[in-house]
Amino acid sequence: MRNEGRELSFMGYRRANGEVGVRNLLGVFSLVTCANEAAIRIGSLVPGATVFTHQNGCGQTQADLETVTRTLMHLGQNPNLGAVLLVSLGCEGLAPARIAEEIGRSGKPVEWVRIQQEGGYFGALSEAGLKAQNMAQALTGLSREKIGVEELVLGLKCGASDPTSGMAANPALGKAVDSLIELGGTVIFGETTEVVGAEPILGQRAKNEDVRRRLLALVDRLEERVKASGSDIRGGNPSAGNIAGGITTLEEKSIGSIVKSGSAPIQDVYEYGAKRQGRGLFFVDSPGREPEVMAGLAAAGAQIIAFATGLGAPQGFPFVPVVKICANYKTIQRLPDFIDLDVSRIISGGESLEDAGERIFQEILRVASGKWTKAETLGYSGSTNIYTTGPIV
Amino acid sequence: MVELPHSREGKRCIVLHPSDNTATALADLQERETLYWNLGEERRAITLREPIPFAHKFAILAIPEGGAVRKYGQVIGEAARDIQVGDYVHVHNVVSKRTRGQGR
Repeated sequence: MRNEGRELSFMGYRRANGEVGVRNLLGVFSLVTCANEAAIRIGSLVPGATVFTHQNGCGQTQADLETVTRTLMHLGQNPNLGAVLLVSLGCEGLAPARIAEEIGRSGKPVEWVRIQQEGGYFGALSEAGLKAQNMAQALTGLSREKIGVEELVLGLKCGASDPTSGMAANPALGKAVDSLIELGGTVIFGETTEVVGAEPILGQRAKNEDVRRRLLALVDRLEERVKASGSDIRGGNPSAGNIAGGITTLEEKSIGSIVKSGSAPIQDVYEYGAKRQGRGLFFVDSPGREPEVMAGLAAAGAQIIAFATGLGAPQGFPFVPVVKICANYKTIQRLPDFIDLDVSRIISGGESLEDAGERIFQEILRVASGKWTKAETLGYSGSTNIYTTGPIV
Repeated sequence: MVELPHSREGKRCIVLHPSDNTATALADLQERETLYWNLGEERRAITLREPIPFAHKFAILAIPEGGAVRKYGQVIGEAARDIQVGDYVHVHNVVSKRTRGQGR
């Protein structure tokens, strides 16, 4: 595609460590499920604050606590946050001091309030409210500046899919991804569940044999976990509903999902909660469910998430704008408050995938520069969680 | 850039990759409906041999039994019997190749 006359930059926030944010928010993080309600109330006290809650942080296996710790550290490092306020109960199983220290390494202010130490709910609200006020006010001293698209980090998700997803929205998103990668930008995708059946095809896109082997190992591990619970992804797919919708084989279903990642080589593969390093296309292990996959993408460093949908889904993420892209004309008519970008003319108006992909690319740049997504205008962003695999003990 | 098959009504189906041998219906297509597309320089007409529901597939090239069925530029399955141009392509004439361990 020719670049003359094409917008190839956005207005972002340059952070102390050189990374770039597309939002400039105070993140109020609950560190443990017991602190969720206090964190939500604290976040409501101050404009410019956003809250991340989850159902973890205590009563879990050591491996899961490590995953939760790693994820919270990297969520806190997400460049859309200019400061982070941690809220813990005080006796949780994970190590808040390590989380605070690691977030602080990114150069942003970090504070930590313990409910038990502050004299309960009201004590914590008082202490945290003052901290939040100061942090949120300090943030507003930073202005947006012009940033090249090579510093954009886009996460990918598809959900509430229907036949229009695989034939239009996902392939068009794949074109936008190819554009961004070609221009030196970064894209992260996950949803290991969706790869089952297409893993040899995705494996061929791995940069080298090591990356390919690790990608296939993630798929194998997921399948084994599902089997251990008495289910079989390959046995139940495509479902009767998929077949009625035109999907013939499991590989067609899986490719119809991963086509949103375009055609670029995969540079590296990460465990859930890790932060990706470098530019290009990356894969991060995650389930397909929205609360967990979007947290994984945000932890990996996504500034924006492009979310292709067919039937429509409401959710955003507390500090990462989620752009909803839909090719189902009926959904767009029925759920105008959920859908950001209409690509239904691929189906009904003869728009090419390339042209629709370019419109997606340009909308992502506008959102990066500060335009609100539908989910942001709704404030529909509280359904978040961290992906763990062990028992609650 | 893929030249899309279309009839007088405009685009009626989409070929998702130039190497595909299937197209996906963008509307409910009728039996005996004729669609046109370009294979390289050559203009071809396809007359559908069966009705094709919205989002379902039909063959734009003949696929022999055992041949690869292609969509998205990838192999999505294997023809369970000979498939002719204009045939409906679905579970009745395609089988999954992706049983455990194959192709890895």
